[in-house]
Amino acid sequence: MDSTSKVMLPKTKKTWTKARVKNLGIDAIIYTFILLVAMTCVLPFIHVMSKSISGEAFVIANKIVLLPKGITFDAYKKIFADASIVRSLYVSVVVTVLFTIVGMIITICAAYPLSRRDLKGRTALTFIFMFTMYFSGGIIPEYLLMNQLGLLDTWAAMILPLAFSPYNLLIMKTSLQSSIPDSLIESAHLDGAGQIRILWSIVLPLSKPIIATLSLFYAVGRWNAYQDALFYIKQRTDLRPLQLKLYYLVVAATESFQAAVEGSAQLTNPEVLKASCIMFATIPIICVYPFVQKYFVQGTMIGSVKG
Amino acid sequence: MKSAKAVKGEKALKTVSPVGPKKHGIMFYLKKDWQLYLLLLIPLAFALIFKYGSMAGLVIAFKNYKILKGFAGSEWVGFEIFEKVFKMRDFGKSVRNTLLLNGLTLLFGFPMPIILALLLNEVKNKYFKRITQTLLYLPHFLSFVIIGAIAYQIFGQATGIVNNIIAANGGTRIPFLQQDNNWLVTYVAISVWQSMGWGTIIYLAAITGVNTELYEAATVDGAGRWAKCMNVTLPCIKGTIVTLLIMNLGKIMGGSFESVFALMNVATTKFTTTIPVLVYNYGIKSGKFSEATAIGLFQSVVGLILVLAADRVAKKLGEEGLL
Repeated sequence: MDSTSKVMLPKTKKTWTKARVKNLGIDAIIYTFILLVAMTCVLPFIHVMSKSISGEAFVIANKIVLLPKGITFDAYKKIFADASIVRSLYVSVVVTVLFTIVGMIITICAAYPLSRRDLKGRTALTFIFMFTMYFSGGIIPEYLLMNQLGLLDTWAAMILPLAFSPYNLLIMKTSLQSSIPDSLIESAHLDGAGQIRILWSIVLPLSKPIIATLSLFYAVGRWNAYQDALFYIKQRTDLRPLQLKLYYLVVAATESFQAAVEGSAQLTNPEVLKASCIMFATIPIICVYPFVQKYFVQGTMIGSVKG
Repeated sequence: MKSAKAVKGEKALKTVSPVGPKKHGIMFYLKKDWQLYLLLLIPLAFALIFKYGSMAGLVIAFKNYKILKGFAGSEWVGFEIFEKVFKMRDFGKSVRNTLLLNGLTLLFGFPMPIILALLLNEVKNKYFKRITQTLLYLPHFLSFVIIGAIAYQIFGQATGIVNNIIAANGGTRIPFLQQDNNWLVTYVAISVWQSMGWGTIIYLAAITGVNTELYEAATVDGAGRWAKCMNVTLPCIKGTIVTLLIMNLGKIMGGSFESVFALMNVATTKFTTTIPVLVYNYGIKSGKFSEATAIGLFQSVVGLILVLAADRVAKKLGEEGLL
């Protein structure tokens, strides 16, 4: 049907044949459905955003749906005045940066040797690394280990345990195996370059895309995770990352906003503060999201095509 | 799979090399590739300390662990802890809840990405496709805390927008998240919503791999869009669908701590106590480390068996396995 309509189209322009009407009707249904589903993914954020910048009176009166009313940034001023929230942002940034660096070093150091097909013991080593993907000690043994190592309530608790990721290792290894030709490494070897030199000057420059992708995997994963911080950061409230802080402030609501407690300015409605706090944690992700999304799609594809 | 390939590669190298299939000692390889082994020490140290090191702590499931006596000092009790744990009502409840939450999420969440991918495949407008895809992937990138916090903003009983609209139209407010059965429905809906967009990626990739000649042949045979979708696209991505379904079934005992923990509240405890939540409550909150470890170990072992079984089934069906 498609081919006949294609042939006919130039001659009988804009003729409302039955098939064409039907086709357009189907299109309309499909487009509308996808649009509606996609809207459910963005409208909640627009609602919370509007709430966060609306005047208190409108929020209390439940007047905010999708558009802000009586725009004011007071709530955000309060957030920035709350030292513990700003501190948690700082903790999150530091932890994410360090975690990503450590994670990438580990991943590269494991993936390059394991991608060399002539490495003796490769199968056994790969098994040792990959087994951890399917079986782990679990929450309590991990917690007790951190306790024994004296890592509870430290920065390292949020950086070291998760830095080795078998999934990311698998992606890196698969990518190296498919993108770096063996002959290239062979010839560099014949020229007298050592393996570390080959990794540094040949393999890494050729692997920039996958390094970028996996760095983002590490960074976004770390930024979003809160389970380990919930378990390991207990006494040192100054080490709470943003997600954990948000959890205590908004979800569990066991903590109140410092600025609100001090009551220095006029009291702000907790609903507005909650909304602006959510946006405060969401905006960093939304800002980088359009740029990183592409890398995530590519990385996920490599992950699903196993070597 | 991987190991077979690796072995093949090694054999090929040996036969090609002019030295012949001469056997070398371990020192020969250590000397030849010492730099590679040196690099491997870093990840190996991390894996051994943090992954295998914590596995060593599993022994306390078989001991009456007292934190003051330490791992070695606590006495062995065999399977006593397991027997005790299996009899607890909380344990049965947590297994049921884990299976229930994961099962419902799979039941409703599995078809969604397939439907969306098939529909997105029909969209010919490049820009519309790109923008909607970007929006659909967004929830995947946000933490469960943010999802949970927003869920309360949307579905909260007193101030949530949905209830505000219901109340404004004269209805009564619905406790979406503050009543057990409603919580279950809301939780499943949010889980499905969060993963549906991201799940389309694999199916869209599989659809791109479909031979275009098949569509042309179908067109010649007079097939419409619906017929092509049902008789060409779906059969061609059947392999991907089956593999993913089996793999997801293998993960049905898996932990879902962050998603549940961010959405639970004091009013709803009937369905929120999944295995990881119970482990957290027993272990980290109450200090019953042996019991909590035993529960966690039970989940890990059953989970591992299910994943291995899933892999076996997938390979039996002629699909690419997981391992």
